[in-house]
Amino acid sequence: MIMGLYNYWVVVVLMMVGFYIVIAHGNLIKKIVGLSIFQTSVFIFYISMAKVDGGTAPILAEGIKQYSNPLPHVLILTAIVVGIATTALGLALAVRIKEAYGSIEEEEIQEKDNLDC
Amino acid sequence: MAFLVAVAIAIVRMKDLFAVIMLSGIYGLLSASFFVAMDAVDVAFTEASVGAGISTLLMLVAITMTGRTENPSRHKPLLALAVVTVTGSLLIYGTLDMPYFGLAQDPVHLHVAPRYINDSMQEVGVPNIVTSVLASYRAFDTFGEVVVIFTAGMGVLALLSVVRHPKDIAEIDSINKSMHEEHLILRIVAKMLIPFILLFALYVQFHGDYGPGGGFQAGVIFAAAIILYAMLFGMSTARRVINQSFIQMFAAIGVLLYGSVGVISLLNGKNFLDYSALSVDPVAGQHLGILLIELGVGFTVTAVMVIIFFNFAGRRKDQQNKEKNEP
Repeated sequence: MIMGLYNYWVVVVLMMVGFYIVIAHGNLIKKIVGLSIFQTSVFIFYISMAKVDGGTAPILAEGIKQYSNPLPHVLILTAIVVGIATTALGLALAVRIKEAYGSIEEEEIQEKDNLDC
Repeated sequence: MAFLVAVAIAIVRMKDLFAVIMLSGIYGLLSASFFVAMDAVDVAFTEASVGAGISTLLMLVAITMTGRTENPSRHKPLLALAVVTVTGSLLIYGTLDMPYFGLAQDPVHLHVAPRYINDSMQEVGVPNIVTSVLASYRAFDTFGEVVVIFTAGMGVLALLSVVRHPKDIAEIDSINKSMHEEHLILRIVAKMLIPFILLFALYVQFHGDYGPGGGFQAGVIFAAAIILYAMLFGMSTARRVINQSFIQMFAAIGVLLYGSVGVISLLNGKNFLDYSALSVDPVAGQHLGILLIELGVGFTVTAVMVIIFFNFAGRRKDQQNKEKNEP
């Protein structure tokens, strides 16, 4: 059982590490790193599901009977590139917040907002 | 796998954002090697160039603008830790019902996938199943992804783009000349490497039907070469090589190319993005269609990555100039 589910457990641990960074840290850049760890854990989950024992990469060739499942690969391939695009958007927002507030720490931003009211 | 967890935990502990970002680069590379072990070569390719390359770079540029240390947070982490532990144990409890890893009769492998594996050679005629699924069976999804990437690029443009005055350009020029003697070795090595990187990107682009690769990976590699050039030879030189409005147009052309392939197949009386309409022989039509839309994807991805980087780096230069003028 341990070997059969090991990958999924690692995924859960990684996902929780990412989740922890997002909720427990105040720094916006750190939060973005946390989000990307979370994201990668989902990628690993899909790719683990796609693996078939004794299978090879899904590129058709002579004499190979067993292939890994190509569908999750497709989904994750596009997800990675979309992920970097959205991460870049997040970083851009962080840069603008720094310019407007002079800080990227959540608490300091909150304080500034409260002062303005 | 254990390495991945160790690196992730180290990321939590680090306060220095520079180290955090370097570790996240290592994390990207490790997950890429894991994907190779899991037979997902296409995915590994993408992750290595994106996770370990471009994303690390963008984050580094971002921290030069936002400062590199993190303040110790004042609220207690215990609550967060409790939430995380509870969620995590619930998820682990959920995995107990999952079929074991690697079995060929898992439910995931029984539906849809066999069709792709068995019939894609006759229907699409492309050995790389990932490419044929990506570009033909699920082309509609991929079109959506490309539009998302395009939108993200436009978002960055809207958030960070700056109107440049001619005076600033002159100033940047003079800075550029003064640092011309620096990084001599790096520049010469890069000058030798860049043509090969570009060539490799083109290979990945057009060989995607037969081996691992395709528009997404090629786009990222191509963009990496341009970014390398911009880093070593200065932004204004790179801007002169690659015109800003030109590259923005390129991003739009990619999406339009993809969409128009779909519209042409509509006009020929088939479904949207059904490439068999493109040629008399359905398989040849599929080949042509995949080639065209991969090209569209490549254009958009390259252009968007370059736009994102240029805007980040351009912003930084402006900030430095402002700081220099103000005191």
